[in-house]
Amino acid sequence: MGMTMTQKVLAAHCGAEKVEAGELILVNLDLVLGNDITSPVAIAEYNKLGIDKVFDSKKVTMVMDHFAPNKDIKAAEQCKMCRSFCGQQNIEHFYDVGQMGIEHALLPEKGLVVSGDVVIGADSHTCTYGALGAFSTGVGSTDMACGMATGKAWFKVPSAIKFVLKGKLNKYVSGKDVILHIIGKIGVDGALYRSMEFTGEGVRSLSMADRLCMANMAIEAGAKNGIFEVDDETLKYVAEHSTRKPVVFKADEDAVYDEEYVIDLSEIKSTVSYPHLPENTHLAEESGNIKIDQVVIGSCTNGRLEDLIAAAEIMKGKKVANNVRCIVIPATQKVYLDAMEMGLLKIFVEAGAAVSTPTCGPCLGGHMGILAAGEKAVATTNRNFVGRMGHVDSEIYLASPEVAAASAVTGRITDPKEVM
Amino acid sequence: MKFTGNAIKYGDNVDTDVIIPARYLNTIDKKELASHCMEDLDKTFITRVKDGDIMVAGNNFGCGSSREHAPIAIKESGISLVIANSFARIFYRNSINIGLAILECPEAVAGINEGDKVEADLDNGVIYNRTTGAEFKTKPFPEFVQKIITAGGLVESIKKGIIK
Repeated sequence: MGMTMTQKVLAAHCGAEKVEAGELILVNLDLVLGNDITSPVAIAEYNKLGIDKVFDSKKVTMVMDHFAPNKDIKAAEQCKMCRSFCGQQNIEHFYDVGQMGIEHALLPEKGLVVSGDVVIGADSHTCTYGALGAFSTGVGSTDMACGMATGKAWFKVPSAIKFVLKGKLNKYVSGKDVILHIIGKIGVDGALYRSMEFTGEGVRSLSMADRLCMANMAIEAGAKNGIFEVDDETLKYVAEHSTRKPVVFKADEDAVYDEEYVIDLSEIKSTVSYPHLPENTHLAEESGNIKIDQVVIGSCTNGRLEDLIAAAEIMKGKKVANNVRCIVIPATQKVYLDAMEMGLLKIFVEAGAAVSTPTCGPCLGGHMGILAAGEKAVATTNRNFVGRMGHVDSEIYLASPEVAAASAVTGRITDPKEVM
Repeated sequence: MKFTGNAIKYGDNVDTDVIIPARYLNTIDKKELASHCMEDLDKTFITRVKDGDIMVAGNNFGCGSSREHAPIAIKESGISLVIANSFARIFYRNSINIGLAILECPEAVAGINEGDKVEADLDNGVIYNRTTGAEFKTKPFPEFVQKIITAGGLVESIKKGIIK
């Protein structure tokens, strides 16, 4: 019985020739990540261990992105605690305001993750890096603390669901629509404890931004990780961003999967997850007249340059509808700069949207766009749980940048084809 | 490990955003986190929870964010054990790592109502509903996980050399 992609990456990191689903293993880590809300808990736990130095100061990274730029005094104290720890430990990859971006957009851009890596992060969307053919997964702060101390983490080897992608996406449809469609199909615990492995000729037609967005939301189906088969596009991306050498793991021909789905990309339409679960999917074109109060374009799911290009194409020369607040958040400083140089920020501002410095901000109801009772938002973020973006009586509709931009212009949930 | 308390019951997909809303994540103070536990789902929870009470829930408990503040808030609120049909995986490992007892047992979930007096004997793998008289069998943790729990969590396991 062969191994899946994920099992091969894990085997290579625990010194085993072969691992099997269900086996408990101790794995060597290539990178340990934390942010400004999970790292303080991790630092407190780390300090209990009595270990002076982290296992490798180049393999620990902290990104001040959730409540930064500091939203209040308590948030400022938490960032200060991280800053001080990273200073004492000589952590090379500490990203503060001015250099930081949303962690899962930032790390691939900075070349900190390459194909074949094992990465843990005290943030559930750490699964994003599976787009590069890495095993990466979200953990808690105690795992982060112990990972920083020992360079290791324990895992139960997961079984996997295989998604064979074929065909090509239509215009104004993107990776977000694909992953929402899949979550709608299998449910928010459809991949619980398991890997989601994406393969097939359809992968080649997806941009790295599409793949990062899809792997990012694997957690929204309960998955341990999402992982894409590495192709020339992946290797090109890694070579452009990192000096480290990627290691490519392919699933064995006789790898066993719990389930297999064939997804025809050409059949996917603009998809929206209604409140209050990502699995509650509907087609944008069948959404009728759902009036909205706010649009958020950004986050670790959809704040990349490709996302802003897609949104700007739709908003160019148009205006944000009356009574709608549209907030655009480039995910990193580089995305911000590139978007500025390409004239995208001008398009957003002229349309009447606000452009923010990188932050997770409104995605988790932190700051920079909190909803009042009864308000509805279309967001390119990843969760629409009760109260996620503000008041418990507010509502979030998850969508692609294309749908979000079209909805900003009309003031109701809109399929982008309608305005183009 | 033995636990006794009254059941406080919730449904499916209880996410970490309602267990501890992100607006309170600007602190790592356990008592303060506990004071907001379950606030966006059940405002009465924190006023009625008593030391030792047992939380009972449906599928995919603890889904969403990796915030360890969620199991910390539950533990600090006085809850001694969470029994659910299934747990989201990050919440599951976080609970083990911080020493919050959790258990997957759909039969017990189906057979326990809000307010029932529940006793759980994890050493012998039995849950008793003392209100109805029903008994439910549970599966033990894998040995490796048992070692972490017995040591008092992941940090203690490393300190004691159980994990190197």
